[in-house]
Amino acid sequence: MVINILNPGRNGVADWMIQRASAVILGLYTIFMVAYMMFHPDLDYAAWSGLFSHLWMKVFTLLALLSIAAHAWVGLWIVATDYIKPAAIRFGALLFVILALFVFVVWGVQVIWGV
Amino acid sequence: MAARRAIHRLSRRPDLMILESYLKLPVVYSCGPGEKSAVKSQRPLSTAKRPVNLDLSSIQFPLPALVSISHRVSGIMLFIGLIFLMWALQVSLSSPAGFDTVRDAMAHGFFARVVLWGLLSALGFHFVAGVRHLVMDMGHGETLEGGQRGAQLTIIISALLVVLAGVWVW
Repeated sequence: MVINILNPGRNGVADWMIQRASAVILGLYTIFMVAYMMFHPDLDYAAWSGLFSHLWMKVFTLLALLSIAAHAWVGLWIVATDYIKPAAIRFGALLFVILALFVFVVWGVQVIWGV
Repeated sequence: MAARRAIHRLSRRPDLMILESYLKLPVVYSCGPGEKSAVKSQRPLSTAKRPVNLDLSSIQFPLPALVSISHRVSGIMLFIGLIFLMWALQVSLSSPAGFDTVRDAMAHGFFARVVLWGLLSALGFHFVAGVRHLVMDMGHGETLEGGQRGAQLTIIISALLVVLAGVWVW
């Protein structure tokens, strides 16, 4: 029996829902970013930092960052529980993943609120 | 007796034998009430002489399985690639000089462009395969043929995106 202690949703249905909700947010963020880059082929610092100076962009980016953390957490939990059999190594790998995602979120908050 | 023979035939199916050898356990084939299990008296697998299918070229993943595995691989790639994206976000927003550093790397740096293309490709595939998941969640393409068709579409669309991403980066 697999004891689920390192998945974010605590059960499969919640994980499933987290994965879909975060996927939709990330999909929208991806489309927005690709479209922005395409419509601004000669992007410069002023326009780029101007974009991130808007509150809605900071919130949107923070939402995307949190979605990345949740999405990667669920996804890598699934992959780890499928392929890493020894419990200690799996536990260590997942702790590393969670810690890395936490660092990315804090790092991202620092970057976007520093603009 | 007929049912008995059917169970016996079932227990000789090579694909089930592969399953058995994979699980290291005898598979208990279902049988009707009053029937004894066909494998009840079987010896443990380690001592049993069984045909093993070692002709790997005859074993193929179906296309949806390959798409599923690629979805996982691209997800892991994106997780690793986050460090580059976060770096690019931080440096590009730090100062005009930092912005130029990132832009020059993407415009001239070979390594940066390969990483960027790789990440965009992984993102494109992961995106398309993810949309396929959402479409299937809504109940479309859940049949065997639908699964094949969806997997084919995923590969075609994402291959297109990979090429477009390459054109965009170079």
